[in-house]
Amino acid sequence: MHRLLSNFTKYRFLLKELVKKDIKLKYRNSILGIVWTLLEPLLTMIVLTIVFTVVLERERPSIDFPVYVLVGRLLYGFFSSGTRLALKSVRNHSSMIRKVYVPKYIYPLATSLSSFVTFLISLIVLVAVAAVRNIQPTFHLFEAVIPIVALLLLTTGVGLVLATLDVFFRDLEYLWGVIMMMIMYTSAIFYETDKFFTDGGWKMWLFKLNPLYAIITNFRNSIFGEAPDVFFTVYSLGFGVAAMLIGVILFYKKQDEFILYI
Amino acid sequence: MAQTVIKVENLGVRFNMSEQKVDDLKDFVIKKIKGKIKYKEFWALKDITFSVEKGERVGIVGLNGAGKSTLLKVIAGVLKATEGSVVTRGNVIPLLELGAGFDKQYTGAENIYLYGAVLGYSRQFMKSKFDEIVEFSELGDFINVPVKNYSSGMKARLGFSIATVTKADILILDEVLSVGDAKFKRKSEAKIKTLFEDGTTVLFVSHNLAQVKKLCDKALLIDHGRMIAYGNVEDIAAIYEERTGE
Repeated sequence: MHRLLSNFTKYRFLLKELVKKDIKLKYRNSILGIVWTLLEPLLTMIVLTIVFTVVLERERPSIDFPVYVLVGRLLYGFFSSGTRLALKSVRNHSSMIRKVYVPKYIYPLATSLSSFVTFLISLIVLVAVAAVRNIQPTFHLFEAVIPIVALLLLTTGVGLVLATLDVFFRDLEYLWGVIMMMIMYTSAIFYETDKFFTDGGWKMWLFKLNPLYAIITNFRNSIFGEAPDVFFTVYSLGFGVAAMLIGVILFYKKQDEFILYI
Repeated sequence: MAQTVIKVENLGVRFNMSEQKVDDLKDFVIKKIKGKIKYKEFWALKDITFSVEKGERVGIVGLNGAGKSTLLKVIAGVLKATEGSVVTRGNVIPLLELGAGFDKQYTGAENIYLYGAVLGYSRQFMKSKFDEIVEFSELGDFINVPVKNYSSGMKARLGFSIATVTKADILILDEVLSVGDAKFKRKSEAKIKTLFEDGTTVLFVSHNLAQVKKLCDKALLIDHGRMIAYGNVEDIAAIYEERTGE
């Protein structure tokens, strides 16, 4: 444990450099640069709002649809980009791993953290849109910390698992793309799920068992001034911790074999 | 009294070579069901024992596939030993395939900090060495150009300049003495000589026996992963020449 910590202190500069590199390179050669982090979710929100309220004419008096969509889009976006980047992180640094000793967990950790930083920056859009839509903040807003922590744990944990498996199975990227699509549709980003929950049928479980749905719901609750759902809080935090544990154990067990495959 | 900086004991490295390459999930599942994944065991290194004292310069010689690079990888810490142990004292700087670890989209200047961090140095420290690195690499204004536009010689020059800017306790060289053009080659050789005189411990892998004799005072001969002899460079060179019939 002590060795692990002293090793981490030595390589904290590398972690910082890698996080910085991810963010810097993401928007290099684009005129608007980091502004895209704000513009992209905003434009997605506008498109989805127009499609669902103007074109499809689905009125939703109960909620503020733009904010509802934006929250879903931002949280899903972090999970999606964080896991996708982590998946490739070990193989992308193969030339480095083959030559110089560096604690290998640094690579997937850096991608999760860089996605997290981008996510935090993009929350500015949410603040702006919520202000424009006149959504009054309540003390429940502080409870948004719970889903954010759960999401960070979940993304990092799943990222570690994916980074490990991708070393051995190169086609994982495509498989994960399909799984992400399933996760997206059961996260209820641009539609409401009340109907399924009042029915109480099997379809309800599609959402209830998706930890990302639990996280997004709790985050929305905190924005709209409602208390967090107890089941979703316990479930998402538990899922996050479990994903993290599995990720760390799997990564540590397999990391010495990486060099033979990359 | 001399201090032991590298201690290798009964080192063995085993690879499981699968007879067919399986690197995607589809193949894995299909072949697992058919029971077709067979592994062949292969010892790349076996029963290697030697130690290096501080300031010694050891050449590692052997034919292709003898296990020289595997040995260096284990000492550099990137490959784990299957059995036995390797203990190194101090920081190990590998001068292998220079510049391969650079990020292509990053400029030379940004890569200096990134590569420095890989070697465990802070941004502040690299900043203090920045001018020295740029000057030695002779890149001039190219330092602010993305590395993807560099020639391989430029990349090697930058890699060499970063890796040698600090004093390593153990330096691992893999025939990199031929960096860049003739002029830079002379300069890099001079730089390596000053590092040698500083009391740096050196491991040097080469096919070129004359170069090993010139640079090293000890040598290790390996063949098919087994250790044949270890000792004075002249003696080992004689054994090697006899075995290869040169």
